[in-house]
Amino acid sequence: MGTMVNILGLIPGLPLLAAGVSALAPRRCRRLSAGLAIGAMALAFLLSLAAFAETLQRHGEQARQVFNFPWFQFGDAWLQLGWVLDPLAAVMLVMVTFVGLVIFIYSVGYMAQDANFTRFFTFLSLFAGAMLGVVIANSLLLLFICWELVGLTSYLLIGFWFHKPSAAAAAKKAFVTTRVGDIALLLGMVWLYAKTGTLLFYDHGQGCLEAPVLAKAFPIDEFGDLPLLGIALLIFVGAMGKSGQVPLHVWLPDAMEGPTPVSALIHAATMVAAGVFLVARVFALMKPNWAAFVGPHAWVSLPPPDATLVITWVGAITAVFAALIAVAQTDIKRILAYSTVSQLGYMMLGLGVGGVAVGMFHLITHAFFKALLFLGAGSVIHGVHEEQDIRRMGGLRRFMPVTFATYAIGMLALAGFPLLFSGFWSKDEILHAAHSWPVSRWPFYLGLFGALLTAFYMTRQVCCVFFGNQRAPVAEAETVQADKAQAPHESPKVMTVPLLLLAAGAILLGFVGTPAWPWFQSFLEGESPALDWGRLVAGGTLGLMVVSSLVVFTGLGLGWWLYGRRPRRSATDADALERLMPEVFGVLRGKFFVDELYEATVIRWHAAWAQCCDLLDRWVWGGLVLGAQFGTLGLSWLSKLCDDWVVNLGFDRSCDGIQRSARFTCALQDGQVHNYLRALALAFAVLVLLLTWACAG
Amino acid sequence: MMSLQSYLILAALLFSIGLAGALTRRNAVLVLVGIELMLNAANLNFIAFWRFGPHPEALTGILFALFSIGIAAAEAAVGLSLIIAIQRHYQTTSLDRVDSLKG
Amino acid sequence: MHTGSLLLLVLTLGSAVAAMSLRNLVHCALCAAITFLCLAAYFLALSAEFVGFAQILVYVGAVAILIVIAILVTRDIAERGEPLVFKPWILGVGVAVLVAGSLVSAVTSSALARDPLPPAPTATVEAIGEKLMTHYVVPLEVIGLLLTVALLGAVLLARPQKEGGNRP
Repeated sequence: MGTMVNILGLIPGLPLLAAGVSALAPRRCRRLSAGLAIGAMALAFLLSLAAFAETLQRHGEQARQVFNFPWFQFGDAWLQLGWVLDPLAAVMLVMVTFVGLVIFIYSVGYMAQDANFTRFFTFLSLFAGAMLGVVIANSLLLLFICWELVGLTSYLLIGFWFHKPSAAAAAKKAFVTTRVGDIALLLGMVWLYAKTGTLLFYDHGQGCLEAPVLAKAFPIDEFGDLPLLGIALLIFVGAMGKSGQVPLHVWLPDAMEGPTPVSALIHAATMVAAGVFLVARVFALMKPNWAAFVGPHAWVSLPPPDATLVITWVGAITAVFAALIAVAQTDIKRILAYSTVSQLGYMMLGLGVGGVAVGMFHLITHAFFKALLFLGAGSVIHGVHEEQDIRRMGGLRRFMPVTFATYAIGMLALAGFPLLFSGFWSKDEILHAAHSWPVSRWPFYLGLFGALLTAFYMTRQVCCVFFGNQRAPVAEAETVQADKAQAPHESPKVMTVPLLLLAAGAILLGFVGTPAWPWFQSFLEGESPALDWGRLVAGGTLGLMVVSSLVVFTGLGLGWWLYGRRPRRSATDADALERLMPEVFGVLRGKFFVDELYEATVIRWHAAWAQCCDLLDRWVWGGLVLGAQFGTLGLSWLSKLCDDWVVNLGFDRSCDGIQRSARFTCALQDGQVHNYLRALALAFAVLVLLLTWACAG
Repeated sequence: MMSLQSYLILAALLFSIGLAGALTRRNAVLVLVGIELMLNAANLNFIAFWRFGPHPEALTGILFALFSIGIAAAEAAVGLSLIIAIQRHYQTTSLDRVDSLKG
Repeated sequence: MHTGSLLLLVLTLGSAVAAMSLRNLVHCALCAAITFLCLAAYFLALSAEFVGFAQILVYVGAVAILIVIAILVTRDIAERGEPLVFKPWILGVGVAVLVAGSLVSAVTSSALARDPLPPAPTATVEAIGEKLMTHYVVPLEVIGLLLTVALLGAVLLARPQKEGGNRP
């Protein structure tokens, strides 16, 4: 075993430690908390690079190293946790730490004016630690713990400006919606533990993802593979909640209430990718290797249906659904949010049709260009003084050149502009795999349609924001200085340098996954490929590349024709698409009224249930408590009665008796001698009488 | 010469007269007088029993009565001096005023 | 009964009662002396001559005089008009009656006292002296000691206390 896997725990540990120290620091120690966060993240990045380098040198089965340790014992069984270092974890570690580091540096500039600077960095570090924990977890339990922690920090960061009611509501919505998914994940986890007896993924042949254990735990009997399918689907529902698949996507757009770095880090690059990562991690459950399974009904001809069927369809529908909604949005961050939902759908689609490598490749490239787009949007918002409506922006290309250039790169990568940008290569892999999916061609067509829409709405956004005339309202200036301050301006270096770094990644990362040199895919599968240009033209790959390029150009052209050629003049003008198809546009702008549907059904039912519980609590349990209270009061009253009338009275009476007898005895002792003598004489007489009469008798 | 019984009855009556006086008179000296009467009655009892009882040659009754007389004399002396001391202290010889032992 | 003995009886009892009930204390003391004298007569009648004369010497000659002296020394100034007896005096008398009754009943219920008269014994002074010096020598010495102590005690108790503490 290599050295890195033993100290792998440091990678999430350092940011968690930074979060802990920063939490205790007072509010004015801004540099301390920012320094701790960035320092911890930088160290984690270096460690991740070292881990990655180590994994590079290993091949095949050796590439996976685990480090398990027992946590606690119950009964005879030991609950074990551990971490794993394999290619999947290695690439994810590098991506999360790099993007995280870049965004942390960006946040120093973005949150410079905020009063709660230290709290922000504490939560960011906590998130980073938890996310890295999800990545390296070798136990479904440890993954779940870090998963929940990630959800918590997401809640804390979305509601960072909690005094805004919309932000507080959005945080609550995010938490509750992902909770629905988490329940399913918990159920799946428990079921898996019941079936296999272990929650460790890899444990030298004894882990729950390893073939021997799976084959033994899930024999193909008369129920077919239903338990395995059930577990896989439950875990996928958990991933759906976290990764915003339809119908659990409603929280992601509202999560834009948080600060822009939060949106970039959590809701674009990393946390929402955690769902995709989870599916990739437990892919052995999603697409079981049927050859290893035995049983009386072992399938010989057709493999039974597995969870990838559901994953593919959900992904495809989400990709198109969200892209349609994004077409009609006007908030710069909301467009990007729906775009994220759509791209997550693509990732799930890729996992379903093509496997871990295809989905993960798109995840990695998406992280870079989506983070870039969000940070660029943040830079724009910062530049136009917290304005977020694209109808009120325009012509910003002159004022913010660096932001415009990097934003354009990100936009082209997202749209999938051919050859130069990473998005093209990763999306193409997905479309290629969807094209050759044996079950149906429809995901492929949906994917193409989604690509068209993606190019279209991104062009719309870029035209409205950066081109055309400046529509940003400038207030009446009292002095020349104030006038200058009101004009849109470029952001400081601490914000633009991260943009440049991410832009470089958005371009360069594509080249590690081209069909000519599929290094990324092979790395994940444990081989080392050679550069082979022939693969570019083999098997219809070239044709597919041409088709997708055409689709992208069509989308870009449509966008330019509607929004670039005749830019809108003022903020209150109707949208160009709206003029063409008003009803459709209305539905799209209303986000297909999913939120309203939930409000009318789930929320209302939930409110009724809460009312019921409240009544139960108030009248039944409260009644019981009240009854107990009265019972106690009654008992105490009875006790007091007893005490007063029995004990005290008895005691008082006896004291009285003693007093009276004492008084009587006192009266006897009156100091009068003759009385004493008289008593003596009387006693003597009585004695004599007794003696005489007794003896005489 | 009376019978033993009559002497004994006489002694009993004398005793009870002395007792009555000791119990009723307020003056301390008179209480002492009563006590002397009681002692005398007892002496009479002894002599009467000596006279009429067996073994008069042992002279037990006579000697007892003699010693009783002696002791009575000593006791009268001490008692009377006590009364004098009490009278000096309490300025009275009435026994109902001497009640320091009152509890 | 012989007239003399009856007279003696009446005198004895009467003087005893008088000794206990007179108002004037000196009269009481003198009546007590008469009672002692009568008792001495009884002793003589019972052939206990020595005891009779001793009774006269000691009781009448010493004790009665002592009582008179004590009465005179402790004379109360406010004696007139004060009650003679404790209230209620009937209780004391009642108890005395009870005692008398019990004693008399004890005497009369016994068979011992009804025996006939034995011959008169002789109690010579020599015999008494011999007894005192042989059998009863210890009580004799003790009573001497007792008398000495009583003498000392009486003197100590009765002498006037000087100011400034006890000095023997």
